[in-house]
Amino acid sequence: MEIRKNAAAGTLESSDIFICVEPYDQLSVQIQSVVQEQYMEAIHHTVFQVLEEFGVKSGKIRVNDRGALDCVIRARMETAIRRGGSR
Amino acid sequence: MSKLVSSLKEAIIAAGLKDHMTISFHHHLRNGDYVLNMVLAKAAEMGIRDLNVNASSLFDVHEPVIGHIKNQVVTGLEVNYMGQKVGRAISEGILEKPVIFRSHGGRAGDMENGSAKVDIAFIAAPCADNMGNMSGKYGPSACGSLGYAFSDAMYADKVVVITDYLVPYPLQDCSIPEGYVDYVVCVDKIGDASRIVSGTTRITRDPVGLRIAWLASQVVKHSGYLKDGFSFQTGAGGASLAVAKYVEEMMEKEKITGSFCMGGITGYLVSMMEKGYFETILDVQCFDLSAVASIRENKRHREISASRYASPAAKSSAVDSLDVVILGATQADTDFHVNVHTDSNGNIMGGSGGHSDTAQGAKLSIVAAPLIRARLPLIADKVLCRSTPGETIDVIVTQRGIAVNPRNQELRETLVRAGLPVKDIQELKKIAEDMAGVPKEVACKGRTVAKVLYRDGTLLDTIQAKS
Repeated sequence: MEIRKNAAAGTLESSDIFICVEPYDQLSVQIQSVVQEQYMEAIHHTVFQVLEEFGVKSGKIRVNDRGALDCVIRARMETAIRRGGSR
Repeated sequence: MSKLVSSLKEAIIAAGLKDHMTISFHHHLRNGDYVLNMVLAKAAEMGIRDLNVNASSLFDVHEPVIGHIKNQVVTGLEVNYMGQKVGRAISEGILEKPVIFRSHGGRAGDMENGSAKVDIAFIAAPCADNMGNMSGKYGPSACGSLGYAFSDAMYADKVVVITDYLVPYPLQDCSIPEGYVDYVVCVDKIGDASRIVSGTTRITRDPVGLRIAWLASQVVKHSGYLKDGFSFQTGAGGASLAVAKYVEEMMEKEKITGSFCMGGITGYLVSMMEKGYFETILDVQCFDLSAVASIRENKRHREISASRYASPAAKSSAVDSLDVVILGATQADTDFHVNVHTDSNGNIMGGSGGHSDTAQGAKLSIVAAPLIRARLPLIADKVLCRSTPGETIDVIVTQRGIAVNPRNQELRETLVRAGLPVKDIQELKKIAEDMAGVPKEVACKGRTVAKVLYRDGTLLDTIQAKS
């Protein structure tokens, strides 16, 4: 998928994650998390895995994690990509 | 003779405040307190340096302390609790000398046995007369109980009472009498009433919180302590009040009358007393407006000092007669040690308060907390700070199961027979890690920024700076 418009998913509530996607000529991913000391590697891994699953090769992806479980990160990522992207 | 002086500055001069002294404060005005900031600002203005501040607690409203530390006005801190703002600065290492953390009972005990010496106590009094008879029950900044201030008044060399509601002598219903007081000063305002007590404290509606509370109440039910004469302490936050609600329902059904409830008092506990579920309330601190009204008006709602509450130096204290306490935790470990001092990143954001006092005193101490908060598992291999020793914790209740301390096999078997979801603590830890992933260990490799003393004054743990 290609990110063609700005879109977002999630919230900044505790245990949730807020994800923004916007069109960009290359792939740029920014991640911040309240649990970065404990889980940054895991969050990074999941975010890139979902991007790969959807074939997203460009776009500006901003991730603000408030301690979401892995399944929540996946769901929010997928929603943001589907909202902002097209095949 | 009058002890009344015309300004705070005059009181400070009269009391003889000098460099290197220890001054003390109580925290009954909580996040609405003006007095600690007012005194430190005046001391700074007068050029006084190197003060050791023994405050029963520091809240976010006391953020100016950070500036006074940077300017060397304050070079030592002793507290029972420290809010996130000052806590973060301490964790970053702004104070050279390690902070001394005590429990509420330990602070009173250490003042009694002389190991915590106070030169001048500055006592915020919502109501006082010109000779220093004081009370927290009256006036625009009423806070209810003055429990933590009794030791300061009794053991400090000099005592300055700061009030914004001066009444004609004698204040009839005084808590702390004039015999301890040297000077009285009346100021415009000692606090922001809306931040001293909350309007109402409500029971959680969060289904996870309610599940934890219900399970905790089932532990109480089957423990055997829930019978006539039952005594109980629970906190004001999160699921704690919901435990009180479930306990009340069981007391109603079984027609049980308890003896006393204790701790930080909320309207919910007041209503339980008024409905006859408890004979009396022993109140060291009021948390909301209805608790303040009740302690003023109801003879069965008694003010107690921190010493009476929990001092290990006293011949006995009320925690020794407590049946059940419900406690919180930011972190617990597989040895049942509990951390209430730091967050999961190791930054200071709390303190014992009465945690370790009641855990040791009560016959049954129950930690009730969510198994996961913002992805972070409650249970670790080792807590970042040992606030309360595991041997004084009987049960940890989470929404996914109940872990019973192996020291208490009998209770474990009773709860299993009752059909409750009893699990090994390692199993609870694994459930959380299966959901959240195993957290990377947090490293706090810096110098010691705080020492945590147990209620008897022995060193329990130290807290390190992040780097």
